[in-house]
Amino acid sequence: MDGPRIEVAGLTKRYGDVLAVDAVSFTAEPGRVTGFLGPNGAGKTTTLRSALGLIAPTAGAITFSGRRFSQLPRPAAVVGAHLEPAFHPGRTGRDHLRTLAPLAGVPDSRCDEVLAMVGLADAAGRRVGGYSLGMRQRLGLATALLGDPAALVLDEPANGLDPAGITWMRAFVRSFAARGGTVLLSSHLLAEVEQTVDDVVVIARGRIRHASPLADLHALASPETVLRSPDEAGLRRLVSRWPDALMEDSVTAVIPGTTAAEVGAAAHAAQLEVHGLTERGESLERVFLRMTEEAA
Amino acid sequence: MIASIRAELRKATTTRLWWILLILMIGTIAFFAGTFALALTFGDTGTGPDGQALTIAPKDMAITVYTLGVSLGYAFPLAFGAILMTGEFRHRTLATTLLAQPSRGRLVLGKLAAALPFAGLYGAASAATAVAVGAAALGLAGEPTMLDDADVLRSIGLSIVAMAAWMLVGVGFGSVITNQVAAIVTVLGWTQLVEPILRLALGFWEPAAPIARFLPGAAGEALAGGSFYSTTGLSDLLPAWAGLLVLLGYGAVAAGIGWLTTLRRDVT
Repeated sequence: MDGPRIEVAGLTKRYGDVLAVDAVSFTAEPGRVTGFLGPNGAGKTTTLRSALGLIAPTAGAITFSGRRFSQLPRPAAVVGAHLEPAFHPGRTGRDHLRTLAPLAGVPDSRCDEVLAMVGLADAAGRRVGGYSLGMRQRLGLATALLGDPAALVLDEPANGLDPAGITWMRAFVRSFAARGGTVLLSSHLLAEVEQTVDDVVVIARGRIRHASPLADLHALASPETVLRSPDEAGLRRLVSRWPDALMEDSVTAVIPGTTAAEVGAAAHAAQLEVHGLTERGESLERVFLRMTEEAA
Repeated sequence: MIASIRAELRKATTTRLWWILLILMIGTIAFFAGTFALALTFGDTGTGPDGQALTIAPKDMAITVYTLGVSLGYAFPLAFGAILMTGEFRHRTLATTLLAQPSRGRLVLGKLAAALPFAGLYGAASAATAVAVGAAALGLAGEPTMLDDADVLRSIGLSIVAMAAWMLVGVGFGSVITNQVAAIVTVLGWTQLVEPILRLALGFWEPAAPIARFLPGAAGEALAGGSFYSTTGLSDLLPAWAGLLVLLGYGAVAAGIGWLTTLRRDVT
């Protein structure tokens, strides 16, 4: 599979006075899974819908190996998208796909193929109105796969999936990228996609806050020190010198951005009775939260 | 374009709506054709605005009964046409469709083209029902069925065209009012209440009477060449060809407005 390079360049979308997306630029590379992360309302969906020609951006462009979505001769064969699990409840899963097969330019047999790929073969003849949310997410993915695309754009694909479904989705997306495909997926939870993505793009309040391989995000995790003491008053007095410090409970303080050596020396100087002194890395989720909150 | 038409045909046939509305339409027209035929033959037809007793020639009566679908059943093809479009918004499937085929103009043309066979089906079913029930009722009342009259047959044929045109108007209408509930309420409110009242009111007020001929319902009846309102002398109709043009004009204007508004909007 030869996945296209998805390039977002200077994308801006203004709704009246509200700047929903502000000069957003990033790329999603073939053979990799790119996580597009940010809190709800950050501009993720607007960006993805702009990429797919559903929203007309105020400025900027999104291209798939140099071509805009509207310029693709058979878009379903280049990029498959799953934006939300929206279906006519009275149609069966197979019929839903059959209504799209002529547009995707594929034979009807492909409908059953993709249903089998997402594990819905048994439910193909049932009306979608009776599907669970997890089954709808799978049908949405089947819809995205219908035209045998080399890129997948998925908006919050893990929403509504149970843990087994998330594991399945993760494996599916990983193998798609391993075969050379391009995957761009959004999520409002880093933890949900931490084991899925290769690259992360963090957006908050319409602006890109960070873009790097996932591994580089670890480097941004600053250390923090946990200090335990039975002397609550003394502990509070000591940690008050670090404005970011917070008390986890009456005997435990967490001091971000410090090392054990630093805090240990200070405790010693203050003659505080110490029952525990641990240095630990900040969790990626905290790094992510910090990035999105800094924007606020 | 052919792919769009095939996709839209499949959308229309893979839900139950098309045959549910068809059955409801047949039932409605059967009821009205039967009761009107009997009421017009047995009942007192009342007096017109000038106070003179209304008399109805057998041919006019036959045409009125056989084209009752166009007078009283056109809400069904209209609603079906509208739902072909509003369903995409109601169930948020528009985005999925546009992801596979991004041209919005092609989407509307595909829906109009896919509506044609259904338009013909609804038209034929409407005419067949009105003729079958109406002729039986007229025969029962001892009136001539007039089914050998060329003018009557022409009206029946044109009533099929009129019902079909109504469905295309519906597709255009649905592209303007994309909220399905609002669209259906508007269709029912207009066809069952507003237009009948307007036509009666305008019919009683001489200077405004010609305007009534250009209302969509009147245009549809003009095409079929008969109407309860004109037969009873309450209002005049346009010539058949003008009726078709006015009716399709409503559909074209609606589709044009939809094209310029709804289909340019962001799909969020």
